[in-house]
Amino acid sequence: MTEIALSSLYQQLILEHYRKPRNKGVLPGATVEVHMANPVCGDEIRLHLQLDGEERVQAATFIGQGCSISQASVSMMTVRLKGKTLDEALALAARFTEMMHGSREAARDRKLGELRALQGVSKFPVRIKCALLGFDALQEAAKRVRSQADGPAGG
Amino acid sequence: MNGSAAPAGARASDRRSRANAFAARARRDFPALQQEVGGKPLVYLDNAASTQKPDAVIEAIAHYYRNDHANVHRGMHELARRATEAYEGARRKVARFLGAADPAEVVWTRGTTEAINLVASAWSHTFLGEGDEIVLSTQEHHSNLVPWQLAAARAGARLRYLELDDEGRLRLDRLPELLSPRTRMVALSHVSNALGTVNPVAEIAEQVHAAGALLLVDGAQGAPHLPIDVAALGCDFYAASGHKMCGPTGIGALWARRELLEQMEPYQGGGEMISVVERDYSTWADVPHKFEAGTPNVAGAVGMGAAADYLTGIGHAALAEHERTVLEYALDRLAAVDGIRLFGPPADERCGVVSFLLDRAHAHDVATILDADGVAVRAGHHCAQLVMKHFGVPATSRASFYLYNDTEDVDRLVEGLDRVKAIFG
Repeated sequence: MTEIALSSLYQQLILEHYRKPRNKGVLPGATVEVHMANPVCGDEIRLHLQLDGEERVQAATFIGQGCSISQASVSMMTVRLKGKTLDEALALAARFTEMMHGSREAARDRKLGELRALQGVSKFPVRIKCALLGFDALQEAAKRVRSQADGPAGG
Repeated sequence: MNGSAAPAGARASDRRSRANAFAARARRDFPALQQEVGGKPLVYLDNAASTQKPDAVIEAIAHYYRNDHANVHRGMHELARRATEAYEGARRKVARFLGAADPAEVVWTRGTTEAINLVASAWSHTFLGEGDEIVLSTQEHHSNLVPWQLAAARAGARLRYLELDDEGRLRLDRLPELLSPRTRMVALSHVSNALGTVNPVAEIAEQVHAAGALLLVDGAQGAPHLPIDVAALGCDFYAASGHKMCGPTGIGALWARRELLEQMEPYQGGGEMISVVERDYSTWADVPHKFEAGTPNVAGAVGMGAAADYLTGIGHAALAEHERTVLEYALDRLAAVDGIRLFGPPADERCGVVSFLLDRAHAHDVATILDADGVAVRAGHHCAQLVMKHFGVPATSRASFYLYNDTEDVDRLVEGLDRVKAIFG
């Protein structure tokens, strides 16, 4: 890997979120709580979402441990989720995933906000899973919320 | 010996010069090490995961496929004869390498993992019953834990654990109380893959046998680095992998005492492993073939045999001295790194493995930044989650050395860590 790739991976904004994560902590009264781990590397997070009646995120927090990429990514994600509907949140996850797979267009999308700082991760294939850990939790959370809303799965 | 002792500093620097000359000679044998990564000569410090391959091994495999390949045993033609001779010749080499007098006591497997699974499955089938006990340690690689968990669940047996001390040694003072009349098997590593700790196998074997149990040794990290003499170790089973000792992947060996192999049921059924097949039953081939169902990995065996020859040519004493010198230098230099935490025992109780953590940077970030400098290390739990839990950490970075590493490789590692600190503060 080149110097440029490395400095784009470890941007100040990422290191700053790693050192001072936003929205870190438990969320009493969370609508949904998802634990997600990467068994290969041991990184893990617990994502808490509080949704209102219209599936709008009132609050998002996490606790977890892991590398700078996984922890900064989930920190930035929680900032971005506040006020979004579940559909908007899932669209954000899809957009972020496109950026991780190298889409330049996605990397220019202002909807991603600070998360765009993570675009350098796409040059490090073994680290993409780290950046996606929080979004994997988000997708699992959406699935659970909706399966609950549909009532117990049946016939 | 002469009376005038040189100053300690000069002696250490002589040893380092010798180690570096040794590594420089060895490096010429390894084509994969002649490359640059990140614009710098590759420094390969991931040997506990897998070692690089010398020309002698690569050529032996290529020669076999170019000239001698056919299916082994029972063939009536020239190539079948040659392939069989290459396969069984490699078995004799690996038997010699492990100090086994009888090549029939060496069973080819896919690696250490399959060797342990073979014992945990085939031996447990007959000899492990409800309420019996297996003693493991929290130092083990998952490959020496999970097969026993599966076997214990099938038999209704119980697992008991030998704990570690603060430096990652086995708490052998606790062994007597763990061994009971119900203990059937004790399964321990020769050398810890995560910490490098060398365990006193011979001493353990005596206690295990006095308690009427058997001892299996996971030698994945032992065979590459230490002279192995299964008779002197006194164990009952010894498992090793080709790829961790300069050989190819997909091949390994299980050594076991002949009477144990003869008492055990087969592991898998198929061709090669039978004597007579009837409609409702079959009888088994003699050991070791009873455990080698199907067309075996002949080229892999040939490669592992060539690797055993290569390491024997280097010499275990020279290899051990070299690794000790590089390890001591690494422990000294790393201990001086600000904010580092080193895991494992002192140099004289370990092989060339150093697990560490920096206080501000996660192990994966350390590995990524080192990789950008052409320094290959591993980060994670090293398939030893119980070791990580013992130390209360999720992961470590691990540098592991072999015959082709020198003190300049250690310098590159330390420079890389300076760079990590520049980024993470």
